[in-house]
Amino acid sequence: MTRETLINSALALALLLVPLLAYAMDEPFIITLATKVAILALAGVGLNIALGLGGLVSLGHAAFFGIGGYAMGILASHAQSYTAITDWPVLIEGTKSMPVIWLVAVVASGITALLIGALSLRTSGVYFIMITLAFGQMLYYFAISWAAYGGEDGLSIYVRNSFPGLNTLDPIQFFAITFVLLLAALLFSARLARSPFGLALNAARQSPQRVETIGLSPYRLRLLAFVISGMITGLAGALFADLNRFVSPTMFSWQTSGEIMVFIILGGTARLFGPVAGAALFIILEHILGGLSEFWHIYLGLLLLLVVLFAKGGVIGTLAGREKAHD
Amino acid sequence: MTDLQTPILETRNICKSFDALKASQDISLDLRAGEIHALIGPNGAGKSTLIAQIAGGLKPDSGSVHLNGRDVTTLPTAKRARLGLGRTFQVSALAMEDTVLQNAVLGALGAQGRPFHLFQSALGNASLRQVAEQALERVGLQDHARTRTAELSHGQRRQLEVAVALTLQPKAFVMDEPMAGLGASGSKALTGFLDSLREQAPILMVEHDMDAVFALADRISVLVYGQIIATGSVAEIRAHPEVRRAYLGEDA
Repeated sequence: MTRETLINSALALALLLVPLLAYAMDEPFIITLATKVAILALAGVGLNIALGLGGLVSLGHAAFFGIGGYAMGILASHAQSYTAITDWPVLIEGTKSMPVIWLVAVVASGITALLIGALSLRTSGVYFIMITLAFGQMLYYFAISWAAYGGEDGLSIYVRNSFPGLNTLDPIQFFAITFVLLLAALLFSARLARSPFGLALNAARQSPQRVETIGLSPYRLRLLAFVISGMITGLAGALFADLNRFVSPTMFSWQTSGEIMVFIILGGTARLFGPVAGAALFIILEHILGGLSEFWHIYLGLLLLLVVLFAKGGVIGTLAGREKAHD
Repeated sequence: MTDLQTPILETRNICKSFDALKASQDISLDLRAGEIHALIGPNGAGKSTLIAQIAGGLKPDSGSVHLNGRDVTTLPTAKRARLGLGRTFQVSALAMEDTVLQNAVLGALGAQGRPFHLFQSALGNASLRQVAEQALERVGLQDHARTRTAELSHGQRRQLEVAVALTLQPKAFVMDEPMAGLGASGSKALTGFLDSLREQAPILMVEHDMDAVFALADRISVLVYGQIIATGSVAEIRAHPEVRRAYLGEDA
């Protein structure tokens, strides 16, 4: 077992044990914080496929986070008001079922990622960053002006959505759902990195010329990565909205994209558990520093600066050393 | 056997200008089965521009490029590679963070043409691995399979470049200064290897190392100011007065 595997296992175990302990000590707030970590980490696992593996600096991943959130908000709000979403050409009704909401969130963000990716991946570097940012902001302002779904105020959902066999209002049970989904995404991401697709995508990041001369198209590889990445972040958005029982345009804002990217960099870009370590650190800092000062982001910024300057591998890189080459 | 008269790779009347600069002027050259065809010329003669048009990075203003009799002028680089064009770069274009084996498997993956497997393991795939390991063995890098590419010496990176190209089982090689930066012994070793490679597929190479060119080339074409001023055997080129004046810098 490599050192990184050990650290990853310890992280996963800690993320599981903390809420279990909190449950035993009747501290639901801690469970909610852990749930938030799991959900943000999931969003980060999504972005990390594009950012870490594909080298695609997307500053518009809030678009998928928001689409996931609004998929949940729209479906659930119709279900709670007993109104149909549309009755023509076919009747579509809302739902409170999490699996259905997830499916809609994943499909909707996947399609959006395909459209955004198909256009923005024709550029690279700073242009790519700006175009993804622009798409994110388009959706942000669209959400603000979408009066039917709360406009600037967003949408409140009174009761958390349901999952067969579980009481989702119980914090520990809802945590379990998010934790299992996070593990599944991590497993998928680990396999993806070692797959032929992962190998080619990773090579396209390092040397697109090489990938072309062996007969593959970097554009197609990146597009698929972008779509997969958007789908996972979209799923996280649906869960995040369910955690808060609230959706607002903020989920689409570029600050959201930035925060996800910041905590991935803190945790370790391109490292499997980078998003997990980063999300945990982010939430802990927000909680501790946020209690000390309203301007805790100053300290976060300082930390980010230090990581970028002195510890490029982030938390995971510092603890586990340089990534081992696969056999 | 391929008909020796049929060129595997051919450019017909290629012209390319960048504003006032005529980088390629009516260039026709061919690469026949079993030969090494060296392209020489002073810096700025338009060699890289010509290679880019053959490999697919640049589109000629007029004229055409043919691979195995097929017009590939408008095809992108990736498609030309799938049709059998194996290319190596002057400055190594390898995935430096990956291992040697991973780079070779990447080539095998390109040859297989199905990169969208998300769940199987790339290095666990027996057929990919076999192709990759054979190529590494061919160039003598089998003992470095697990070395990170960034840790290879300059000469070893050259070998890996060739190995990756080999995984594609190309119909023709296009090599941009394969000897660049190699020491005397490295250059000699690679010369021996390329000599044996021509049986597998002909090689069109741009090269500055004249010892290597004279040792390897069946034919030499001389490019000066975007024009081919002469094509011929080593002896013919050495004796060519215009070449001596323009390129070898001697008085005829």
